Amino acid sequence: MAKSCNVSLDPAVCEMAEKARRLEVETVWDRYQAMLPQCGFGETGLCCRHCLQGPCRIDPFGGEPKTGICGATADVMVARGLDRAIAAGSAAHSGHARHLAHTLKLAAKGKARDYTIKDKAKLRSVAGRLGIPTEGKSIAEIALDLAEAALADFHEKETPVMWAATTVTKKRAKLFAEKGLLPKGIDYEVSDIMHRTLYGVDADPVNLLLGGLRCGVADLAGCYMGTDLADILFGTPQPVVTEANMGVLKADAVNVAVHGHNPVLSEVIVAVAKEMEGEAKAAGASGINVVGICCTGNEVMMRHGIPACTHSVSQEMALVTGALDAVVIDYQCIMPSLATVAECMGTKLITTMEITKIPGAIHIEFSEETAGENARQIIRLAIESFSRRRGKPVDIPPYKTKVVAGFSVEAIVAALSKLNAEDPLKPLLDQIASGNIRGVCLFAGCNNVKVPQDQNFTAVARRLLKENVLVLATGCGAGALMRHGFLDPANVGELCGEGLKAVLTAIGEANGLGGPLPAVLHVGSCVDNSRAVAVAVAVADRLGVDTDQLPVVASAPEAVSEKAVSIGTYAVALGLPTHVGVMLPVLGGPLVTKVLTDKVRELTGGYFIVDLDPDSAAQKLLAAIDERRAALGLSVPGGGRR
Amino acid sequence: MIRKEIFVRYDRCMGCHSCELACAISHTAARDLFGALLGGEKPQKRIYVDQVGQVKAPAVCRQCEDAPCVAVCMTGAMHSREDGVNVVNLTQCIGCWMCAMACPFGAVGRGEGKAIKCDQECVDEEGVPACVRACPTGALVFQTVEEFETGRRLAAATSVGVKGYSGPQ
Repeated sequence: MAKSCNVSLDPAVCEMAEKARRLEVETVWDRYQAMLPQCGFGETGLCCRHCLQGPCRIDPFGGEPKTGICGATADVMVARGLDRAIAAGSAAHSGHARHLAHTLKLAAKGKARDYTIKDKAKLRSVAGRLGIPTEGKSIAEIALDLAEAALADFHEKETPVMWAATTVTKKRAKLFAEKGLLPKGIDYEVSDIMHRTLYGVDADPVNLLLGGLRCGVADLAGCYMGTDLADILFGTPQPVVTEANMGVLKADAVNVAVHGHNPVLSEVIVAVAKEMEGEAKAAGASGINVVGICCTGNEVMMRHGIPACTHSVSQEMALVTGALDAVVIDYQCIMPSLATVAECMGTKLITTMEITKIPGAIHIEFSEETAGENARQIIRLAIESFSRRRGKPVDIPPYKTKVVAGFSVEAIVAALSKLNAEDPLKPLLDQIASGNIRGVCLFAGCNNVKVPQDQNFTAVARRLLKENVLVLATGCGAGALMRHGFLDPANVGELCGEGLKAVLTAIGEANGLGGPLPAVLHVGSCVDNSRAVAVAVAVADRLGVDTDQLPVVASAPEAVSEKAVSIGTYAVALGLPTHVGVMLPVLGGPLVTKVLTDKVRELTGGYFIVDLDPDSAAQKLLAAIDERRAALGLSVPGGGRR
Repeated sequence: MIRKEIFVRYDRCMGCHSCELACAISHTAARDLFGALLGGEKPQKRIYVDQVGQVKAPAVCRQCEDAPCVAVCMTGAMHSREDGVNVVNLTQCIGCWMCAMACPFGAVGRGEGKAIKCDQECVDEEGVPACVRACPTGALVFQTVEEFETGRRLAAATSVGVKGYSGPQ
């Protein structure tokens, strides 16, 4: 019988959490307990530290003090805090995208020999979308122009941010332009938030939220650019069969985990690991086993079928196995505590980016120009670490699930075109119209220590799948669902309602898979939430409607990162009902709460649903889907209009 | 003089730990946060805010009139002061922790092998303890039993629909 515990639904994590307790290795759950109770001012967003007169705290019960020292009300304080979270998330996604733009530029100029243009068709199509002339130009020339266009999108210029203006429906682009929500430059918007939330600038909560919303649209641009450029450089994902969970580690192999968010380094690690099998074997290993953690894991899973070891809140647990020889990290979502766990378990923790260093880790500064050498140096460290570990017992939890991943938009359209080559989206639309697909839900975001790991993801997904909602997933949300078999086609029968089951089976069989597609389509890392946007925009365009009319919803049931806040913001900007399953620090501002959960609907059509209970959240998501079906004149299960 | 006690209004506690910080600082030589930090002191708190289910629960010594901690103290270190506050004489304390075992509220702490507890030697010029003074939401109140209970009665009456009272204060 699989282990169960109160920190996670994943038996592998439970086993490792118990081992950590036995070894007295401190984990995220220990630190959470030590942090309790958490300060209610922070929890409600009523703590401001933006100026040196603070920190200021406002009484959430309506008593004194009612304002900060400067006179900022609760709503102003909360809106400023939220805006800064959106800006931080946007800065992270776009930092990632900028990194790729620089890589593309170096590759186009021939200055980074480890990188090539893998998907020339996507290069042309993205260039075409942006209005970059491609006629009679070489691939390198187009790539250079595209890289320049990408970098230009960060700064204020004559045109708005092209990765926002050209990636949404025409109606939405017009709405954004009219309402002042079209970003001028990605960096400009981040900077603008920092300006307006400075001491004594914007004190209108609604104006602050509008600024946040525009920054959210800039985040969409950053995410979309990240996906586009990664596909161009490393190839657009196609369906791939692989595995997930800690059972993918191999006791007798050199186990290297790539962790973080960026494929620029991990792509080279995957390639170099193959070349260096010989060195590993010479050291007595059966080979080199590269596994993924978090979104770097998702990136290499989608493109190369690299198995996922674990995700998000359980990242320390991968090291507790004792089987990891090296963890190579780039940036974002990396717990600094890994250094301590690595020291306890004899794992080499290797940082590679100028902006991400951790005391106790080995730093190997990575650059595109020397990527191959850097990767070889890293793998060599892992082999050395294996030599020391060799023969010592390790604890690899015997759990793994089959995963079918790699559903880029291009892959989804290709699969659908097997049903209708002329008009690939038509089968999808027909199934939505008939009600076999009641709606679509995108699962995104992280695992939060406040929720038993995966509990909210699996509960909401189970309910929606049974109700014939097509589920897409990204990032650690996809990680959560893959650990519990949601990405294994064999489980479609058990998980999905009859209508959805029939659709997934029809597409699967038309594609020669001899069975259905998986119940949940893994569309990529968290940057790749842009792929879900692309699907929604394509469907809306095909129907001649806007994204806020589609029976499409989003859910981040266990969100953590500020990146999840900025993603949620652009989902709302696009008009999607967007569920968050943990409390956002906004409850202290009644007006802000009202705007985010209700009033913003009048502006964009989208809104936040904050519900900590997965069952009632699923109910609300279904109700939102049905409301939109009814508005489109489509059938609603039960026949009743709301 | 009618004695005042530190009462807790649990529904108002935000778990911000201001009371713990103020308590600890008030028992330092510097008597202020920055002074204590700069002086390298390690201030100790005598009030504890714990998470109990969904509730953030401050626990402070009740200064029992028939105090179990005083009753069980073998050496007489734990004793009732003239003002009715129970305090520990560190020179007599042998760290046997009978007081900790006897206290129903968990209000006895450990400081370098000796018992450490709320001594109310932290009151300001108005006679208000540091923790109460520091609480930003009024979750901690310093009142006589009569005042506190009157507030309770009025709040209870309001909650069943009796008009004319606008909440505890």
